[in-house]
Amino acid sequence: MRRVNRDERARIALTLNGRKLAAEAEPRMLLSDFVRHVLGATGTHVGCEHGVCGACTVLIDGVATRSCLMLAVQAEGREVRTVESLAASDGKLNPLQQAFRNNHALQCGFCTPGILMSFTDYLARNPHASRDEICDVLSGHLCRCTGYAGIVAAVEEAAGKVK
Amino acid sequence: MKPRPFDYARPDTVEEAVELLAEYGDDARILAGGQSLLPMLNLRLVEARVIVDIARIAELDAIRDRGDMIEIGAAVTQNKLMSWPQLQKKVPLLAAAFPFVGHFQTRNRGTVCGSIAHADPSSELPLTLAVLGGEVVLRSKRGTRTLPASEFQIEMMTTARETDELIAAVRFPVGEGQGVAFDEVARRHGDFAIVAVAASTSKDGLRVGVGGMAGHPMVRTINGDTVGAISTWAEELEGYEDLHATPALRRDLFRNLAPRVIEEAKRCAG
Repeated sequence: MRRVNRDERARIALTLNGRKLAAEAEPRMLLSDFVRHVLGATGTHVGCEHGVCGACTVLIDGVATRSCLMLAVQAEGREVRTVESLAASDGKLNPLQQAFRNNHALQCGFCTPGILMSFTDYLARNPHASRDEICDVLSGHLCRCTGYAGIVAAVEEAAGKVK
Repeated sequence: MKPRPFDYARPDTVEEAVELLAEYGDDARILAGGQSLLPMLNLRLVEARVIVDIARIAELDAIRDRGDMIEIGAAVTQNKLMSWPQLQKKVPLLAAAFPFVGHFQTRNRGTVCGSIAHADPSSELPLTLAVLGGEVVLRSKRGTRTLPASEFQIEMMTTARETDELIAAVRFPVGEGQGVAFDEVARRHGDFAIVAVAASTSKDGLRVGVGGMAGHPMVRTINGDTVGAISTWAEELEGYEDLHATPALRRDLFRNLAPRVIEEAKRCAG
């Protein structure tokens, strides 16, 4: 049994965007804060911190997850992917990101990393997602700039192009 | 906000988990998917001395076909059950309810048993369990007991679970060939329902359940004049007031929603 006391800092080993690493966190630290403040991957944004807005969505073993609703210690041994993993090392956008750019699917960009991670998971399961299915998945995110139409258009464009 | 400090324990077996619950009782909180518990911890609506994380107990991560019942272990996520190939055939009402349960992203981690443990009065999974007459399996150091859904959920977010008990599984009766329907009114698709209605044909008549009208799901068997029966029932239900609706609005939504759901269930039974 794994046990960590409240005032103790546990060493948490996990894979972040393909890199194995380990860092310390106390039990109450949220994965969202661990990823941003301890591991330094600030692409993941924190909005509401109670699972409503979807801005902090990351992939855990390939599955879209709200990182504010998960403790860092729960991610121990797991593979975590954040928005930093999407573009190529030379900065070239992946097809989903490029589709967002083509369709003006972001303005301030605060919600974008979470939405990209949700559809990275969803399009991997359902590459030719319909408009209705896209809207259903998008209902798990809040965007205050775009009115969503551009986002739906972008995901429709990407559907089938994302491996 | 951030949670208050707590100890964290991740038992490897159910025996270890119930040992911890026996030791800490009310001071322990059980964590499975965390989609209800983490928001409450973050908002400091609840606190715990120890969080008991059961998500990695392999024995609890199973869907078991027991013939007349489908048993869902406490670590089974909502999306895992939703994509179980037999679901539509075995428990059609559950298949109809799932698209309303949270969002894709929360169903990825949220568990079926966790939603039933949380016992929100307008939540879809407790309503489905109540309409179908399912069971909750509770394990503790003292042994195992099984409660019918009607005896499990007592009041708003209050259940018959003793503080040393773990919800090990829930069981949904197999309902092959039932005519079923589910619908709800919510502010945003996937949010908590203001009023949710589920209906299923059965040999005794039509089983109808409503969430959001009382502290727990209300279920009745209706034969004959459905519109009249719903209208009478709506008057009897007190409803409750929150940010989203008054009792009068809830009654009105129920009166409008229920006949449509009932018609669809009957049509579906063909």
